[in-house]
Amino acid sequence: MKDWARYLTPLVVFAAAIATWQWRVHALGISPLVLASPSDIWGAFFAHWDVLGPALLFTVRITAIAFVLATAAGIGLAVLFSLSRPIEYALYPFAVVLQVTPVVAIAPLLIIWLGYDNLTEVLVVLAWIIAFFTVLSNTLTGLRSADHNLLDLMKLYGASRWQVLWRLELPGALPFILTGMKISGGLALIGAVTAEFVAGSGTDLGLGWTITLASRNLDTAQEFAALALLSILGVTILFAMTALEWALLHRWHESAVKKEG
Amino acid sequence: MTAMSESTPLLTLSGIAKRFDSGTQAIARLDLDVAAGEFVSLVGPSGCGKSTALRIVAGLLKPEAGTVAFPDGKPEMGFVFQEPTLMPWQRALGNARLPLDLKGMARSEADDRAARALKRVGLSGFEKAFPRELSGGMKMRVSIARAIAAEPKLLLMDEPFAALDELTRQALNDDLLKLKAEDDLTVLFVTHSVYESTYLSSRVVVMTPRPGRVAAEVSLAPPPGRDESWRLTADFAAQAARVSAALKQAMVAA
Repeated sequence: MKDWARYLTPLVVFAAAIATWQWRVHALGISPLVLASPSDIWGAFFAHWDVLGPALLFTVRITAIAFVLATAAGIGLAVLFSLSRPIEYALYPFAVVLQVTPVVAIAPLLIIWLGYDNLTEVLVVLAWIIAFFTVLSNTLTGLRSADHNLLDLMKLYGASRWQVLWRLELPGALPFILTGMKISGGLALIGAVTAEFVAGSGTDLGLGWTITLASRNLDTAQEFAALALLSILGVTILFAMTALEWALLHRWHESAVKKEG
Repeated sequence: MTAMSESTPLLTLSGIAKRFDSGTQAIARLDLDVAAGEFVSLVGPSGCGKSTALRIVAGLLKPEAGTVAFPDGKPEMGFVFQEPTLMPWQRALGNARLPLDLKGMARSEADDRAARALKRVGLSGFEKAFPRELSGGMKMRVSIARAIAAEPKLLLMDEPFAALDELTRQALNDDLLKLKAEDDLTVLFVTHSVYESTYLSSRVVVMTPRPGRVAAEVSLAPPPGRDESWRLTADFAAQAARVSAALKQAMVAA
């Protein structure tokens, strides 16, 4: 497939879907309460931009903070675990419990612990819980995948534990870490929105709470507009992570090597 | 030189035995002296413990019984595996530089030495290539450059050319002999090829099938300035026949 066809095909399909949507909503006379037409949604962007704009910024902020913390904690804990089995045995079960517990169920507790005045922090913690485990487990797998002969070679040359970690295990784990981060970026966004559904958003308003409010007001067009922003945000995160992956790996890693012919 | 090295070997293996955790007895008993400047090949069928012996010499495995001794002190060692075993994220230069980096050598000096090592294995101009951009033979050359970069006295090689095509293999055989002569290296070389061991070695140690023990030692007299043409002589055929006979006998005796 030609490059331009690869990018053009989904765009054409997307445009066709939008056009069909617009046409069916009007032709069938569907109530705007049930399904807003694309033109209504487009209009809602501008009508409600004073709400949607700040909400988008707020959700971006929660997502970004949770993602950065998830990446740091995931990589940091994985390194710690790989350096010490006892620490891994002691702490890994807690990480798993944190991961498998539905975040919705923790929200009320977190609100009590952190206080209603600190809802922003509650949202960050919830989004972080959802996002961090995939970085941890991917990094751990990557650190454990080091070539055994290279490990032997390091030993032969008397390398220190830090040298093995820094020169062999971490660079070798990079593809795994980036895969973990790619998934984690999307999860941080899901976490940021879900957290708002269950915890509210205090004085600030994110896209999650915006959707909740629009739904209560039966403003379906605004709800769709907020949803569209979330989609765009999610796709942007995915593109950014894919670009980062390509930038760091394309010269040496097979997954990023363009196939010939 | 020969007389002196015979009096104190570079390496002495005495009564080495090794059983793996799985219970498999890899080496029943191995006694071996290697003198400085020798090229000794360990030859035997798959699973006879020759690779295990090499790892024990390198200190990567502990023997179950017996001792590894370096009478004149532990020499600087280089190790070459059957696979090139390169770090894919490092360029050829970075890979060759690894032992020097681990020693904490200053970057510019390490770069110089690694570049020289690459040049000696015929890879001038490929310093900046990543492993995936190199052929199998070139990757193995980087691996050898890495092994010689730290100027070892003892080179341990575990079937390094087994996965290469015949022409590449012969070229690397000759390059290895040249490096050995230039640096006065001692080489302990594992192979299952009768012809390769005959071409390279001054002595071939034949091992029995698992559990491995020394079945025979064949001293060879390769011409000093040997090259490809020697492979086609009656002299080469006769020496290879002696190695081959010893190997066949080891298989039957076991």
